[in-house]
Amino acid sequence: MSTSSITFNRRAFIRTSSLASGGLLIGFNLFTACKPKVQPPVDISQLNFNDFNAFIKIADNGAVTIFSPNPEIGQGVKTAMPMLIAEELDVAWKNVYVQQGILDTENYTRQLAGGSQSIRLGWEPLRQTGATARQMLVNAAAAKWGVDPSECTTSEGVITNAKGETLGYGDVVREAAALEVPENVTLKEPKDFKVIGTDAPNVDIDKIITGKPLFGLDYKVEGMVYASVLRPPAFGKILDSYDDAKAKAMPGVLDIIRIGEKAKELAKEGVGNWTVAMGKSDKVVVIAKTTWEAMKAKEAITATWVDDSSMESTEFQDKQLLGLLDGKEFKTLRKDGDIDKAFSQADKILERTYESPFLPHNCMEPMNFFANITDEKIHLVGPVQTPEFAATAVAGMLGRDVKDVHLEMTRMGGGFGRRLYGDFVYEVAEIADAIKKPVKLVFSREDDMTAGTYRPAIKYRIKAAIKDGQVTAYHLKEAAIGGNMYGLIPNFFPAGAIENYQVDVANYQSNITTGAWRAPYTNFLAFAEQSFFDELAETMEVDRIKLRMDLLEKVKGTTDERIQYSPERMQNVIKVAVDKSGWGKKPEGVFQGFAAYYCHNSHVAEVADVEVEHGIPVVKKVTCVVDCGIVVNPLGAINQIEGGVIDGVGHAMYGDLTFMEGQPQSQNYDKYRLIRMGEIPVVESHLIQNDLAPTGLGEPTLPPAGAAVANALKAATGNRFTQQPFSKFPELMQVPTKPIIG
Amino acid sequence: MPKYEININGVSKSVDVAEDTPLLWVLRDHLDLVGTKYGCGIAQCGACTVHLDAKAVRSCSLPIASLAGQKITTIEGLSEKGDHPVQLAWKEVDVPQCGYCQAGQIMTASAFLDKNPNPTSDEIKTAMHGNICRCAAYTRIHKAVEIAATKIG
Repeated sequence: MSTSSITFNRRAFIRTSSLASGGLLIGFNLFTACKPKVQPPVDISQLNFNDFNAFIKIADNGAVTIFSPNPEIGQGVKTAMPMLIAEELDVAWKNVYVQQGILDTENYTRQLAGGSQSIRLGWEPLRQTGATARQMLVNAAAAKWGVDPSECTTSEGVITNAKGETLGYGDVVREAAALEVPENVTLKEPKDFKVIGTDAPNVDIDKIITGKPLFGLDYKVEGMVYASVLRPPAFGKILDSYDDAKAKAMPGVLDIIRIGEKAKELAKEGVGNWTVAMGKSDKVVVIAKTTWEAMKAKEAITATWVDDSSMESTEFQDKQLLGLLDGKEFKTLRKDGDIDKAFSQADKILERTYESPFLPHNCMEPMNFFANITDEKIHLVGPVQTPEFAATAVAGMLGRDVKDVHLEMTRMGGGFGRRLYGDFVYEVAEIADAIKKPVKLVFSREDDMTAGTYRPAIKYRIKAAIKDGQVTAYHLKEAAIGGNMYGLIPNFFPAGAIENYQVDVANYQSNITTGAWRAPYTNFLAFAEQSFFDELAETMEVDRIKLRMDLLEKVKGTTDERIQYSPERMQNVIKVAVDKSGWGKKPEGVFQGFAAYYCHNSHVAEVADVEVEHGIPVVKKVTCVVDCGIVVNPLGAINQIEGGVIDGVGHAMYGDLTFMEGQPQSQNYDKYRLIRMGEIPVVESHLIQNDLAPTGLGEPTLPPAGAAVANALKAATGNRFTQQPFSKFPELMQVPTKPIIG
Repeated sequence: MPKYEININGVSKSVDVAEDTPLLWVLRDHLDLVGTKYGCGIAQCGACTVHLDAKAVRSCSLPIASLAGQKITTIEGLSEKGDHPVQLAWKEVDVPQCGYCQAGQIMTASAFLDKNPNPTSDEIKTAMHGNICRCAAYTRIHKAVEIAATKIG
């Protein structure tokens, strides 16, 4: 057993109370300290998520309820985070009931879903909380028996003493609630895990398969009305005037109002990425008795829009980005050695440019939110990945105390980064404040696709110097719209592996709103770099796996603390991927492509198998090897891997949002292609087994997928794809009639 | 507004709505049957799939006026206890990620297996091609349909 890290002060984040109805309630705060003197309530209906963001209830009958703190967007944390508690509490997972915790606005530092960080950051504190509760129950039982707690063991909610006498957790919860919170609890060794590492089905599975209300769009209260919002048709336009005479006379329509004043104040402050375009314009809101009536009446409004800023097209933006790459105005994020000198001394230089389009998130559940605002309370309910931030912004926008805000999170029909931005929460709050009725804002699919915070269009230019068979310089330049790669990304592979290494970024500030999209920046950077390494190997006439392995070898033992990835773990996933995919051993007609990438603290290697069917190359299989440390829930993990890979393949193949005169050219799925059942590869997943602390899994399998496919397509067709989506270049999909050599 | 009598999950319901109101919104907003999901409104994603006389249809594009005398089954009425072979297979495989599209997937799969209880892998792919899963849980959807087929066929 290992004594847990002293980073977390248990006294600061755990408080207990005895429930009036019987049982023990443990309130704790994940990732933060709670207020010094608050206590959990004695009545379960009074749970105050202002004071604690998570609770464990152990009832007199031993039943355990865990109120899971983090938002669920499909990444499985509503299942996996409580598993960490259950493990150390030592209860059988089947006896645990998980409930989504609600949220208010104080004391939350990280109650959000994003960056694949929920499990990584929750690993210590959640297990500590479970272990602390277990120790209190053991102490209570030991006191009852008059023995030393160290003589007692636990298993599946039962405490046993040296004589073999047993007490259930439920038998001692009343006594335990009165005890001091123990200071030095010990955590299990991974070999003793009983819950972690076992398959736990989605905790909401029964509700999902029977169609029970679960999502934001399903939430209803008595007297609720529906809002549909008319927003600018193009980025760069703002509302001038509108005629709603026809719409007002339509069935079910209750009111038509103009909003925007309050949200514009937020936009000025740059809240929620609402700095431009959509946030600058007023909007027309139809309030109706039903969703359909609101949406339909919106169509009947004639609005006049005026030009506020430039109306940009994709063609224009492409020129801007290429101009930036050709220019000299860069911010340098990392610089090792002297690339210019290395380039001047090179035997050979390889330079390539990679281009990606904007992408909408396309969550299957369109953006929506509920609000009811009274003098006493601001009640917000719905799907948002950043509840704390949204609640604070709404309070600020309405000039109210944040304590008035009561925010409930619903299960989310997808997130992918879109629900990190609270624009729909601000909108509904402004509407509810104006109409003083409970109201649900619903985006149509067209609203959702055209008023997005898109994955920005990005171009990378990579240049490498080769001298005496070695890569002597690597220069990565990024030109992006709306923002640039940030944080630790410049310290990912191949940083540290090449002596002369430089990462430069430049930005074009468009009025098209951009934001995080599943695996921000790395979702396309991985494609660029892993395509480049493939071509680099071809240029150097060396084995493509060996080139990567040799570069990683040079990073071993590095003293550079900025380096994020582990060369050993990366080499290992590569070796396993080579082995499991049958790399280089496939029969004629199977063309393989390789990619390996580190992001979100996890190491991933993928091999795509392409076969030619009816003259067209088809992605038949992707072998994916992941090292994300200890796997909490393999059943959920495999689902994330399969989904991430297929999502990565799908967007690389088909994802494309272009603009004309500021207007998105796709507004619904008839003109926006998402990967479907008939196009998916078989995904073979392999998880590396080790005892290292768990890291992210919601994102890291997506970035390398596009590169693995592009590299396989190169093998099949002889053509190299440097732009996404690949489907835009049917001429490159032609398979030569003569077989490819090499 | 006109009154329409429709038969949903074996129960006759009367709704007072405009004739062009799509079945989807009648179910969701008027009858509180929110298991049927809104995804695109143009019959492209399949999230709103229900059965109309045992055939899988997109409820977002079916005006209420066209439904007189027909039997509609939604996810809530697929089985009494959530134990239709397709639902059980979904549970066995642990299909969902976000779960939003799954009711539509289940309704498409159950209507398909009703007609073709012994499908090939390619037939499953073709049948399920109209339902988008943005989380791309397609591998498990495919597997669940295969498992359900073994129990139905």
